[in-house]
Amino acid sequence: MNAPERVAALQGMGDSRLRKEDARFIQGKGHYVDDVKLPGMLHMDIVRAPLAHARIKRIDKTAALAIPGVHAVLTADDLKPLKLHWMPTLAGDVAAVLADGKVHFQMQEVAVVVADDRYIAADAVEAVEVEYEELEPVVDPHAALEPGAPVIRDDLAGRTEGAHGPREHHNHIFTWEAGDKAAADAAFASAPVTVREHILYPRVHPCPLETCGCVASFDPVRGELVTYITSQAPHVVRTVVSLLSGIPESKVRIISPDIGGGFGNKVGIYPGYVCAIVASIVLGRPVKWVEDRIENISTTAFARDYHMDGELAATPDGKILGLRVNVLADHGAFDACADPTKYPAGMFHICSGSYDIPAAWCSVKGVYTNKAPGGVAYRCSFRVTEAVYLIERMVDVLAQKLGIDKAEIRRRNFIRREQFPYTSAFGFEYDSGDYATALEKVLDAVDYPALRAEQAAKRADPASPTLMGIGLVAFTEVVGAGPSKMCDILGVGMFDSCEIRIHPTGSAIARMGTITQGQGHQTTYAQIIATELGIPSEVVQVEEGDTSTAPYGLGTYGSRSTPVAGAAIAMAARKIHAKARKIAAHLLEVGEGDLEWEIDRFKVKGDDARFKTMKDIAWSSYNAPPPGLEPGLEAVHYYDPPNFTYPFGVYLCVVDIDRATGETRIRRFLALDDCGVRINPMIIEGQIHGGLTEGFAVAMGQQMPFDAQGNLLGNTLMDYFVPTAVETPTWETDFTVTPSPHHPLGAKGVAESPHVGSIPTFTSAVVDAFAHLGVTQMTMPHNAFRVWQQLKASGAAL
Amino acid sequence: MTKQIVAVRVNGALVEKAVEPRTLLVHFLREDCLLTGAHIGCETSHCGACTVDVDGRSVKSCTHLAVQCQGSDVKTVEGLARAGVLHAVQEGFHTQHGLQCGFCTPGMLMRAWRFLQENPTPTEDEVRMGMSGNLCRCTGYQNIVKAVLYAADKLQARQREAA
Repeated sequence: MNAPERVAALQGMGDSRLRKEDARFIQGKGHYVDDVKLPGMLHMDIVRAPLAHARIKRIDKTAALAIPGVHAVLTADDLKPLKLHWMPTLAGDVAAVLADGKVHFQMQEVAVVVADDRYIAADAVEAVEVEYEELEPVVDPHAALEPGAPVIRDDLAGRTEGAHGPREHHNHIFTWEAGDKAAADAAFASAPVTVREHILYPRVHPCPLETCGCVASFDPVRGELVTYITSQAPHVVRTVVSLLSGIPESKVRIISPDIGGGFGNKVGIYPGYVCAIVASIVLGRPVKWVEDRIENISTTAFARDYHMDGELAATPDGKILGLRVNVLADHGAFDACADPTKYPAGMFHICSGSYDIPAAWCSVKGVYTNKAPGGVAYRCSFRVTEAVYLIERMVDVLAQKLGIDKAEIRRRNFIRREQFPYTSAFGFEYDSGDYATALEKVLDAVDYPALRAEQAAKRADPASPTLMGIGLVAFTEVVGAGPSKMCDILGVGMFDSCEIRIHPTGSAIARMGTITQGQGHQTTYAQIIATELGIPSEVVQVEEGDTSTAPYGLGTYGSRSTPVAGAAIAMAARKIHAKARKIAAHLLEVGEGDLEWEIDRFKVKGDDARFKTMKDIAWSSYNAPPPGLEPGLEAVHYYDPPNFTYPFGVYLCVVDIDRATGETRIRRFLALDDCGVRINPMIIEGQIHGGLTEGFAVAMGQQMPFDAQGNLLGNTLMDYFVPTAVETPTWETDFTVTPSPHHPLGAKGVAESPHVGSIPTFTSAVVDAFAHLGVTQMTMPHNAFRVWQQLKASGAAL
Repeated sequence: MTKQIVAVRVNGALVEKAVEPRTLLVHFLREDCLLTGAHIGCETSHCGACTVDVDGRSVKSCTHLAVQCQGSDVKTVEGLARAGVLHAVQEGFHTQHGLQCGFCTPGMLMRAWRFLQENPTPTEDEVRMGMSGNLCRCTGYQNIVKAVLYAADKLQARQREAA
């Protein structure tokens, strides 16, 4: 084979290699948690509270226990002797495992039943009698902080200090600030132009198609616990389970099998998992718990619910001088946000975005309400979606006020290519970027001036049946958490890991601390190894998710797999590469310095005939290693990234709004992404399609509405918007490549950019349709009813 | 609860089991027949992850009773490939990257398989409408549409060859 053929045979980095995962999924041979069936397995179901805020007067298990096939009914009182009726959250708070005398949100877990099968368990749930005394609920986060507001958390009475500083009210969790307030205030004091906007980012739910669940199996003879679980972070689960249960971590094995989508929903540890584990320990039999869709939407982690006040200070020609942001964050009844420990508002302080803003300050205040806990990153790095939404909306608002085109105002404020690495006013060090090039590429592709001309013509025509809007966003993300000096979860640094073993015959296995949920790790990780080590990706097995075989890692969320674990692969492979060089030198009887690496082999410099392929070297490493070198060819690497990565993109959307019905048609959506070096373009494009569609869902239809009693009004797929193939637009994609200078492969991560970037783009487009009527902000979701209301309010309805 | 014998042909083989009348078809397939390809995503007929074929119709097996299938012909994703050879819809989903986490895929495949018998030469819009009872959270549907169109072309080409 010639060199190009040898490169092609590897199917390495840059190859749109078809996915290795597909074979099992297209033949019904996936292995998800609910597919696990163990001998003697029982089924658990959960008794849930109908009220958002109530005292529990009495729980009567008698009728449930009398049903044949029911093995146990557990309440908080049963968990108390084990000290498992409350558990720590990832955010430094505690959460009730089962309601301990008081219910804090509708559908909260009150008791569990364990039975022979799921039908009997469901019967038994109905038979558990619970008597409640209703309390006044707190639903509005603003009202939560009023002096006379009902106390949500009795257990925190008298606690004036929280995990993130002083608490100023009984429903206050924390106030967290970033940036320089004095500098920002000074910028505002002297600025010729200021704008201010209240921006609500409603509560939404990630809603993966597979709900959460587990199968816990405690072996009382061996004292070992095995748990199959829908977790994006199995190693962290193992640590937490060990700490909670007292079982040594070495006797706890957590397995994340195939995961039916996560999107942040499967990062946390839920009461159902804990109860199934306890039930298995108590009963000595495997116990399965799989929630239904209503339980998933009602109680497992929500996202967003940020009430934001943004302000920009600027010059009359649109150069931004300062940014101030105040956020009220509704965290629900327990602070269970999944953020790095030191950052109770995640990476919200990326909210200066792609712009060179000299002074900036933000403050986020977290409050309790009688709603389910959560606050996870729904297909984004921690709170980055909220941050990007804020700054992109504010830049549009400023452009509108000054009468500057939204493309032009971005041009005037971009961090320029030569400014990287760029330290933002909030202290982030942006690794690389080229925003202006991306913007011009997008504007050229759609003929932006022509679109504006068309829009002007439509606006001038009173008979036009539609309003036309153009949305434009230039976002920057911060992903790949993260450097352990800044980022930890429960004290464990947010590194990730890879162990590679090359077998004697030249095939390999890589074991990882991450876990794929559809991202295609088994395909793309193998491609990295193929390029680094010169063995075909086809013979590289990738294993993840089993804590008894994989090295410790923090898991897959926040677009961290490629930035952190991908780097660990490269570093582990390079250790193997270095050893392979020694073996090759020995075999070829030359010095290491006489060798050069070429695709899949070491050759003697300038001599194509004298070489050893990686396959030859693998055999020799087990058969006749050089004197003084230990046999075998394997390495493990724990990668602690020196910095985050900063993917970016420019998105443009054209909408046509029906003036009679308020329906919005997405005429065109172009997404240009720059995720640095690209590993598998096919998979990248698939991730972008998926992220854009989830962004479309959030912007155009998703929300979790509550009534004044704290009832969630939409918790099935009838009410909660998940778009079908009919509503979903056709996506256009493009890319530029600006490598990350600190990542071993130059890669930045991609799967969350399209979600983060598209949501403000849709809003930008919808608001743009009304911009000539003086509208600067419309609250998501932009469904037909809401848009129609705006049409009426603006006098534009037909 | 009294059980009832149900006799069903599943992927061509006769299965006879005693089930409670309230047993859902999806649980019968997954728990009694050990065919775990059909998945449960919503339990309200919205997501389509549980789609199987019953007597020539796409059926959401999470809201269909096993006893309703007495004497029926049921086909699941496990019955699509023959003698190790993938069906064109399976090939389409693989080559067009029509799946990511895989959870919706068995339902998508079974719906596509039936849809292409209902409409062997669909337009893109017809595919979108024909597949609209099946939700996917990962792909954004674009490649699913491509996969179904790929399978349609493939099946048409085969038919032409046979003729």
